[in-house]
Amino acid sequence: MTVSLEHYLVVAAILFTLGVFGIFLNRKNVIVILMSIELILLAVNINLVAFSTHMGDLTGQVFALFVLTVAAAEAAIGLAILVVYFRNRGTIAVEDINRMKG
Amino acid sequence: MTLPALFFYLFASMTVAAGLMVISSKNPVHSVLFLILAFVNAAGLFVLMGAEFLAMILVVVYVGAVAVLFMFVTMMLDVDFAELRDGFLQYLPVGVLVGLIMLSELVLVVGAWATSGALPKTEARAPIPTDVTNAEALGRVLYTDHILLFQAAGLVLLVAMVGAIVLTLRERRAGVKRQDIATQVARGPATAIEVVKVRSGEGIPG
Repeated sequence: MTVSLEHYLVVAAILFTLGVFGIFLNRKNVIVILMSIELILLAVNINLVAFSTHMGDLTGQVFALFVLTVAAAEAAIGLAILVVYFRNRGTIAVEDINRMKG
Repeated sequence: MTLPALFFYLFASMTVAAGLMVISSKNPVHSVLFLILAFVNAAGLFVLMGAEFLAMILVVVYVGAVAVLFMFVTMMLDVDFAELRDGFLQYLPVGVLVGLIMLSELVLVVGAWATSGALPKTEARAPIPTDVTNAEALGRVLYTDHILLFQAAGLVLLVAMVGAIVLTLRERRAGVKRQDIATQVARGPATAIEVVKVRSGEGIPG
């Protein structure tokens, strides 16, 4: 019984789906939505590293490193926006974010 | 069952279970803790795949920085999280539907690809060397072939840092004393010292 590439791909697929599902489930809570996005990016990283190992090419791992960088930057900026928004409005409910009437 | 397979199923099931708890737990603080668990187990999967450097980076960056940031913000905001969970079940059916469709599609893609034969044999741009550690191999590729992307990643982080500071820095209310470095540096003997002639028995006038 060996662990093949498909095993990792299925794990990543389940994690990705959980992230998307989390956005639907917690559609009022921005913090949990941001956490769901982190789960999605983690699934992407698992895919990249799995293919990198399977094909014997390091480029996939380099790309996973950049995805990690962008994920960290996104979390920092997202949480900063969240803090500023909470300071101004006193709430973080997604449906109250309508000031710009977009 | 061999040992790697055993560890794979341990890490994979823990990652998926922790991911499920992240999106379904009532308390966001518990969500953050389960997110940490998911990241640590994903790092275990990375080690199993032979990407040790990325696994350690995952622990350092995600568990050490991002998850702590989430925890900090979650605990700092005075939000009634119970109120935010109103209508939690309202979107459950459509969420389950979309999730199941997406999962079945992804699994079908993997299954169709797995039954169709191996990957097309392409020449590896950067073959994984066997004689050096993963970190050294990654560094060799990162600082030569992908130096521009590496610099771009640094720029992304710089912009994120400046952006976060600009967003959250605010001017305090009037009356709060702040440090003004320019005035402090420009201060010289002429403005700092006042020489007063004190006559005995009279004290300082005014």
